[in-house]
Amino acid sequence: MSIATTYRTCPRSGLQFEANAEKLIIANAVAAVVFLLIGGVLALGVALTRWPAVHWLQADTFYQVLTAHGIDMLIFWIIFFEIAVLYFCASTLLRCRIATPRIAWLAFALMLIGAVVNNYAVYKGGSSVMMTSYVPMMAEQSFYLGLILFAVGALIGCFVFFGTLVVAKRDKTYEGSVPLVTFGAITAAIIAVFTIASGAIILIPTWLLSLGVIDKVDPLIYRMIWWAFGHSSQQINVAAHVSVWYLVAAVVFGAKPMSERVSRGAFLLYILFLQLASAHHLLADPGLSTNWKVVNTSYFMYFAVLASMIHGLTVPGAMEVAQRQKGYTRGLYEWLRRAPWSNPTFSGVFISIIGFGFLGGISGVMMGTEQLNMIIHNTIYVPGHFHATVVVGTTLTFMALTYYLIPTLFKREMISPGLAKLQPYLFGLSMYFFCLVMMGAGTLGVSRRHWDMAFSGMPMAYEWPGAAYLMMGLVGISAVAAIVGGAIYIYVTVGSLLWGKRIEGGAASVASKPTPLMAPAAVAQGYGSQGFAAPGTFVLAMVFLVAFILYYFVNWKYLSTVWGLS
Amino acid sequence: MSAILPPAERLWWKHPLDRVEGTWIVIAFVWCMILFFMMVFWHIYGRQNLSTETYTTTPEAFMAKAEAWAAQYTVRTDEVSGLPIVAPPDGGDAYIISRLWSFWPILELEKGKTYRLHLSSLDYNHGFSLQPVNINIQVVPGYEHVVTVTPNQSGTYSIVCNEFCGIGHHTMVGRLYVK
Repeated sequence: MSIATTYRTCPRSGLQFEANAEKLIIANAVAAVVFLLIGGVLALGVALTRWPAVHWLQADTFYQVLTAHGIDMLIFWIIFFEIAVLYFCASTLLRCRIATPRIAWLAFALMLIGAVVNNYAVYKGGSSVMMTSYVPMMAEQSFYLGLILFAVGALIGCFVFFGTLVVAKRDKTYEGSVPLVTFGAITAAIIAVFTIASGAIILIPTWLLSLGVIDKVDPLIYRMIWWAFGHSSQQINVAAHVSVWYLVAAVVFGAKPMSERVSRGAFLLYILFLQLASAHHLLADPGLSTNWKVVNTSYFMYFAVLASMIHGLTVPGAMEVAQRQKGYTRGLYEWLRRAPWSNPTFSGVFISIIGFGFLGGISGVMMGTEQLNMIIHNTIYVPGHFHATVVVGTTLTFMALTYYLIPTLFKREMISPGLAKLQPYLFGLSMYFFCLVMMGAGTLGVSRRHWDMAFSGMPMAYEWPGAAYLMMGLVGISAVAAIVGGAIYIYVTVGSLLWGKRIEGGAASVASKPTPLMAPAAVAQGYGSQGFAAPGTFVLAMVFLVAFILYYFVNWKYLSTVWGLS
Repeated sequence: MSAILPPAERLWWKHPLDRVEGTWIVIAFVWCMILFFMMVFWHIYGRQNLSTETYTTTPEAFMAKAEAWAAQYTVRTDEVSGLPIVAPPDGGDAYIISRLWSFWPILELEKGKTYRLHLSSLDYNHGFSLQPVNINIQVVPGYEHVVTVTPNQSGTYSIVCNEFCGIGHHTMVGRLYVK
């Protein structure tokens, strides 16, 4: 079956874009950035209210803004961008046409309508229920309806992705196995199907409850199934941004995976175990057995943590091997010193890898440890952790990828390259600091989702220690710095699309060029045949491990001093 | 460019490991097992493990039980808030009702004594965040969670609600004394 479409090959990157897929990737990516912009403006309201000295918004506005900020960032920005990444990893990397472009546009329309309906419900008031919308606290029915429409659209998008894989296989546009990056995207899409199905299973009854069709949704069951959606959607992010790390290592350094088997094996561990992590949110809940909590919260004996620790080594390791092959072999770190630090695609990803591991990864294991969760649950430590994973990990990675896509996909010269060069450092490093002080405040017990830590006017007000106020002030300051970093990203990307110099995108052709195979890997012909190929990365990994072990046992020490509980 | 190209060796699962990767996988695996068994270890030897004892309940039933219990053990009334101050005996039950937007009543416990603390909510989800010790437990309506607590330091404690429960959420703060 032949479908009338054209392909162009980008002269700079050599990537081949199919006309329908290209438009869909652009539409999804642009929608994503719009929601990032909205979420970023809302972030300013949240930050300037939680900064105790500023305490800007009124309580009702604050809770409304916080609800919208969570949903726009964690769901709409990220999933729109992920759908773009999925289409890219299927159609562009496998050099085939996208399956059922009309249905893909339907998916896009549903997602967009859903996102707008949900946002409207929140701004109208009456739906300030936070992203989690725990029953029996109810939002307006259109709040749930919007989320359901968005989820259905995203689910269709995942199936368009799977369909595109089938098209590529059938049309034989590549030989052998799919590339590692596509393999990672498949991981993300499989996790997405599970996630979105869980969302539907709990949001549809809740929507019916809001319409009065049914009269009860159990609060504990809601929490359990909602988190299979809420937490797992962050697992889509992990799989997606790790794939993008490999992609960036490949396009910036020409890096090969150190070992296909190891990297793919680690993605497989994600598929098998990563979902169990939604149990992290239920560790302080009644009604669940200890065995259930321990097995699930540990991703069945930490196999998904193992996978992340593997990716954390193999992505920079692949960069190191590629750099050493170029002759940067002096000492442990010449390869890293000579990396293209002024290329925002590289610097963004590298800042993301380090921050995701050291800040997001370690703190995630703390919160996910059954007993340690008691000294962290629902404190502001929790948003400290997930800003390290979702903002430093996913958002910064997606920003870095955008810089790569502006000339190749959008066919524009980047405006203000100087600002773009600065952006990952400003955004990434101020987010590092933001996450650290937020976790510091959380360690002192400061609550998340709380308008007034001073409890003004309350007879039994609790007085937080001065250090907690200091930390929350620093949260505010670093948040503002990060928001400026985010604004630069929006300015550079949107500005490039609007005013950037058009560049030649490659002539359209009706025939697709076949996908070349990777040159045979020289890295290893047998176990260890290359010696110790990435010693610098290994030392970094050991530093990570030592930090992890120390911080882990410091937390146990802290726990051992609190009241006895049994 | 290569992680974005199909691997040359068709049988990628036979692709040999590098020594750096092999070593790291072994180290990371051992650490993951330590992480896992630490939770089990703490259940056997640690003193801070959250009870799983839970009963289904209703707002009316829980409130009736808590009021009957408070009538028995109330020692005085707090002058500022008007809340009863209730001092249960060692080993006995203690109740805290969470509702929009207060915790009821004020408990007066003794250091080193053990209590069966019953937590439930009459309406939405609430958070039981005991400060400054920083113990945090989710309070879910319809479920009565019985947590055994042994205070190890005397003083005045606050209970802060740290689960969002509507527009008055930030005014929801209670008190607890340990003698």
